[in-house]
Amino acid sequence: MHPVLKIVIQRLFLGLLTLLVVSIVIFIAVNSLPGDFAQAILGQSATPEAVAAIRKDLGLDQPAITRYFTWLGDMVTGNLGISFAQANFASFVGTSAESGSGPVTVLQQIAPRFQNTMFLAGVTAVIAVPLSLLLGILAALFRNSVFDKVANVGALSAVSSPEFFLAYVLILFLAVLNPVLPSLSNIYSDMGFGERLLRTLLPALTLTLMVTAQMMRMTRAAIINLLASPYIEMARLKGLSPMRVIVKHALPNALAPIINVIALNLAYLITGVVVVEVVFVYPGIGQLFVDSVKIRDIPVVQACCLIFAGAYILLNLMADVLSIISNPRLRHPK
Amino acid sequence: MTDERQTLVEIRDLWIEGRSDEEWNPIINGVDLTLHKGEVLGLIGESGAGKSTLGLASMGYTRDGVRISKGSVKFDGIELTTASAAKKRALLGKRIAYVAQSAAASFNPAHKLIDQHTEAPVQHHVSSKSEAVADGIELYRRLRLPNPDEIGFRYPHQVSGGQLQRAMTAMAMSCRPDLIIFDEPTTALDVTTQIEVLAAIRDIVEQFDTAAIYITHDLAVVAQMADRIKVLLKGDEVETAETREMLSTPKEDYTKSLWAVRSFQRPAKPAPAVDATPVISVQNITAAYGKMPVLHDVSFDIHAGRTVAVVGESGSGKSTTARVITGLLPQTDGVIEYRGQPLPADYRKRDRNQLRQAQMIYQMADTALNPRKSIGEIIGRPVEFYMGLRGRKKRERVRELLNEIELEPDQFIHRLPSELSGGQKQRVGIARALAAEPEFIICDEVTSALDQLVAEGILKLLARLQDELGLSYMFITHDLATVKAIADEVVVMKDGHVVEHGPKDDMFRPPHHPYTDLLLSSVPEMDPDWLTNLLAERGVENIGDAAVDKM
Repeated sequence: MHPVLKIVIQRLFLGLLTLLVVSIVIFIAVNSLPGDFAQAILGQSATPEAVAAIRKDLGLDQPAITRYFTWLGDMVTGNLGISFAQANFASFVGTSAESGSGPVTVLQQIAPRFQNTMFLAGVTAVIAVPLSLLLGILAALFRNSVFDKVANVGALSAVSSPEFFLAYVLILFLAVLNPVLPSLSNIYSDMGFGERLLRTLLPALTLTLMVTAQMMRMTRAAIINLLASPYIEMARLKGLSPMRVIVKHALPNALAPIINVIALNLAYLITGVVVVEVVFVYPGIGQLFVDSVKIRDIPVVQACCLIFAGAYILLNLMADVLSIISNPRLRHPK
Repeated sequence: MTDERQTLVEIRDLWIEGRSDEEWNPIINGVDLTLHKGEVLGLIGESGAGKSTLGLASMGYTRDGVRISKGSVKFDGIELTTASAAKKRALLGKRIAYVAQSAAASFNPAHKLIDQHTEAPVQHHVSSKSEAVADGIELYRRLRLPNPDEIGFRYPHQVSGGQLQRAMTAMAMSCRPDLIIFDEPTTALDVTTQIEVLAAIRDIVEQFDTAAIYITHDLAVVAQMADRIKVLLKGDEVETAETREMLSTPKEDYTKSLWAVRSFQRPAKPAPAVDATPVISVQNITAAYGKMPVLHDVSFDIHAGRTVAVVGESGSGKSTTARVITGLLPQTDGVIEYRGQPLPADYRKRDRNQLRQAQMIYQMADTALNPRKSIGEIIGRPVEFYMGLRGRKKRERVRELLNEIELEPDQFIHRLPSELSGGQKQRVGIARALAAEPEFIICDEVTSALDQLVAEGILKLLARLQDELGLSYMFITHDLATVKAIADEVVVMKDGHVVEHGPKDDMFRPPHHPYTDLLLSSVPEMDPDWLTNLLAERGVENIGDAAVDKM
């Protein structure tokens, strides 16, 4: 078997194993949250019988291990379960069959939100990744120049500022003083692509400011790190232009660390953008997650956690595989 | 005779400085250099002499943190010290090319050889890509690379070191430059590989009448390659002369001392008694790294007070044998005996006394000493561990050991390894081995990273310690001159087999095993006609790796 294929299969297996371990951690963490859904929904005057009935209905009276395996089995078969909060009260007292509309599944709740989050992350990535690479390459090329310093200080100031502050600054300049972009990003499923893109642009720009610094600085550092290598000296002694030396000779060998940092930042875009979603009223998965924690809607919380974990693992896996492919020693064995 | 030819490079009163610790230190102090078209100039000197810096300066290039502070460098009438970067770029690669010491590190691992080869001609608009590819294949053929039509389409890691070095020479030739700087192109190669590369370089430089500056620390190599030789010492020129004149009648004392290094030789000791028990006996050892077998049925004895040199090329299993003896790599078959008693195969199963008997001195003293520990701590550790000495007794023993290796204890005991020179570090490595009071020491290429004068000092020290303490040495080396100097017996290894084994005098006297013969004949000699004669005598097919492959 080709060694790259072998490594990829190995990594894939390791990724699944990690996901399994993460699922245990999620289950334990979520279940040790203080409070109880039945108690929360019925209020303080609930009778013990009513609480017990709901708990029984939701399977909360089962031992933790049984609940874990039931949940895991459902997850593997694609059944994310039923949201506690969206299930109507009638279903808890056994009359849901007559009410007509079935309970809302977690999948129905999460799917549109997740789509929106991926759209925002995608738009941000399309802007931020090429921008960071370009800035990083230019900073390496003109290292220690004014450009290098301005780019570095600018990117660092952006990443050091709180997200909501950057968001409001952008709203002030791009929506209020120069009304070129809408300040609210409430998008709907029946909206056209152009309209959707326009409304997503402001949060995407805010996030770009957040993720550019790390990717740019890693690109710069990884390239500069190689500039003392004998093969870079050789390239210079061939009389090649500085730009060609960096793009053709340094960059291909600097890809592995850059790819890894890009993957980490993309994972952040999928999982860590709650604040930006709130500021722009963007209906992403982050808000849903926070709301569900508040009302102890355990199936939704667990499903979100699992999606976040999956995104991290998948992106890191892809980064690993791409790093391996960028290494000619592995791609072309002796 | 060369003076009638046109001048190509003219360096006048060149001063170069390097920046370290926030100040500029001199590297080259007012050196002149003249090179004529088609001439080969040898630059020799020890490490730190400024050879490479001067070589690069003749291309108008300085490394980061290095600057030309004064003087002029003219290439074909163009003043390079003041030329713009763009003007210099137009010359580099096209009219001036460079061949680096380590071809493995100087080829970009991310691109195929041929793509790197064609880069200069295409970027300088000398020829089209397809013409450059065709020419590259032709050059590979002339440099006698195997499979010239196909080898260029491989990545650097898929090609051996000697082949890469030739591919790099081909790359330098790609624009047919007027000048090539060869910066120690064969230093990292085995002797049998070196000879092929030397023959190839000399041949192609003659074919295209290219001028060259050939930088090396090996006098015998430069004698084969250069028309004239310039000797450098710490940034100053010592002397310059025609090669033959320089070899026969060196004027300066320093040059004479360089020439004399190879004269150190120790008389061979009488053969051990027939019934003597060897200190270490290696018996039918077979060993493997994972599933890869590396040693096959290796056997030899090392008797008390004697030096056994183990020679062979890289990959022949020399160091692996040392790892088996020390128990770092347990053998799959065979026995290591210490004074007639078998040693456990795994070092973890050996007791302290057994561990104490086999000490090692390493090639890279730099990496073998803990940079965070003082010399006193480095030597004190085995004193405490093996001999159980503490406090004042330990300190006294460390001082005694430092005296033994000729380093003044008061001066050195508190220093860190980084505050020592290469030779001094290697001495500390020797003291650390002696601290265990072993009977047997493995010296793994202990002099190969050192300059010749320093190496000679280390060899003399090892010889004296052997006489005083009755030590036995297993001396791993690829340098046959070192073998001649200090060995009593020689073991020749190839591909994990012992191919020849016997007293030194027999080894250097025919008849030899064909492989020993090849090794011996591949060591360059000081005679400037040596390579020419050897090629005439054997033919290009019967030297170096080509001959190894036939075996």
